[in-house]
Amino acid sequence: MEQITSLVQIKGIRDGLLATFSDAPWEDQRAALLFQIEERSSFFQGARLAMDVGNQILKVNDLVDLRDRLSERNVALWAVVSESPTTEQTSQLLGLATRISKPRPEEQKQYADTISDDTALFINKTLRSGTRVEFPGNIVIMGDVNPGAEVVAEGNVIVWGRVRGMIHAGAKGNRSAFICALDLSANQLRIADEVSAMLKPQKDPKPEIATINSEGRLQAELWQTG
Amino acid sequence: MTAQVITVTSGKGGVGKTTAVANLATALAADGRKVVCIDGDIGLRNLDVVMGLENRIVYDIVDVIEGRCKLKQAMIRDKHYPDMYLIPAAQTRDKNAVSPSDMIRICNDLRPDTDFVIIDSPAGIERGFRNSIAAADRVLVVTNPEVSAVRDADRVVGILEAEEKGNPALILNRLNPVLVRNNDMLSAEDVLDLLGIQLIGIVPEDESVIIGSNRGAPVVTDPKSRAGQAFRNIAKRIQGQNVPFMDLDQQSGLWGAIQKLTGRK
Ligand SMILES: Nc1ncnc2c1ncn2[C@@H]1O[C@H](COP(=O)(O)OP(=O)(O)O)[C@@H](O)[C@H]1O
Ligand SMILES: [Mg+2]
Repeated sequence: MEQITSLVQIKGIRDGLLATFSDAPWEDQRAALLFQIEERSSFFQGARLAMDVGNQILKVNDLVDLRDRLSERNVALWAVVSESPTTEQTSQLLGLATRISKPRPEEQKQYADTISDDTALFINKTLRSGTRVEFPGNIVIMGDVNPGAEVVAEGNVIVWGRVRGMIHAGAKGNRSAFICALDLSANQLRIADEVSAMLKPQKDPKPEIATINSEGRLQAELWQTG
Repeated sequence: MTAQVITVTSGKGGVGKTTAVANLATALAADGRKVVCIDGDIGLRNLDVVMGLENRIVYDIVDVIEGRCKLKQAMIRDKHYPDMYLIPAAQTRDKNAVSPSDMIRICNDLRPDTDFVIIDSPAGIERGFRNSIAAADRVLVVTNPEVSAVRDADRVVGILEAEEKGNPALILNRLNPVLVRNNDMLSAEDVLDLLGIQLIGIVPEDESVIIGSNRGAPVVTDPKSRAGQAFRNIAKRIQGQNVPFMDLDQQSGLWGAIQKLTGRK
């Protein structure tokens, strides 16, 4: 059993418990986690649990199943930290946090080394309510951003569709970031630390680009070709 | 005969899931189909009340799962349609008494001699929701023309897409043409435009729905009710018939919206 328990490391953090997974198969680690909880059920009673699942690619079914099993054991899963964009999207879909208060220094360094201006996350679908996408580069979305969805990029955001949710470009302070979309009737736009008021839905939408103008205010204007 | 399993779900509570299940099942039974309804709202059962079968319950779905009775014993026959049954939810247990694989097993047992299995689901996106959609061949999402209900429906559609549950279809319930005309309610176009899924029916706000539910006699059986007509039409569409949408007099732009939809992902 020593072998099983060492698959998942559990330690206390400020917000409760943090379970750190290794690269072993998901099924084995899931079993290991549940085994540890059953072994020490009094320790885990009523705990808030965050999981760092590393590179594991988890679908809705995987996470919902584990969350249910945890809740049957009176453990509340509240956050899943992951390096996989798929897993991150899954967690966001389920309303789980994807960041815990302790920043991971390795992670930030890694971004600084690998993300350049021309890196983009490409999303080929409509982002529906409850979804949050974060990326330390540019984000390109082929689809709509619905109300209740959030897109946060350290670079620019381009939406080939309608924006009615929240978009934040230049999220780490880059004031030259831009947001453009076929229809920008967003709930709210942010660039760096500037926040736009709600944009009115247009009768006959035209492509627009939002930037911080020379007066330092966030402004959207029609896209000029040529 | 191999049944189609249809789950009716919503995200937000109180939008008309239970009403839709009772009415669609009754309409399908009236069309001569063999129908079994399953109340998936464990702990908050009420499909039996709406169908007027409350006082016939002896066993429920948890009794079946835990082996206290046979599936047939938990199937309550309807008072009017001998080919319609209800498998009630347990009132005193919680949703953890049922798992997705239990639902799949029960539905598979029902499939050989049933045309339609219709599952009512609880509000929310937690375990009860997942139990209800586990066995579904087709999912109907119910919403009201209200911003919060539509947003929750959008969220559910996102999860159904991620679960690869096929394309859900939309029932827009409680539309009030007068409010829409005065711009006091989202129109059908607004809702469809946002959700971008196929529309299977629009049910008007109709007080006979509430009267029918309280009497345990679903409104589809009332030939004069507009809502009843809307549910009968949806039941026909479920059976693959092409029934034109009712004219609720506010739908001038609706066809445009429906056409636009078919060209979108
Ligand atoms: N088309 C309608 N017109 C008027 N009242 C309706 C309509 N549809 C549902 N209702 C009423 O709304 C309430 C909630 O419906 P219900 O089916 O129980 O919702 P859910 O199962 O989604 O919680 C009930 O009182 C029901 O009678
Ligand atoms: Mg209900």
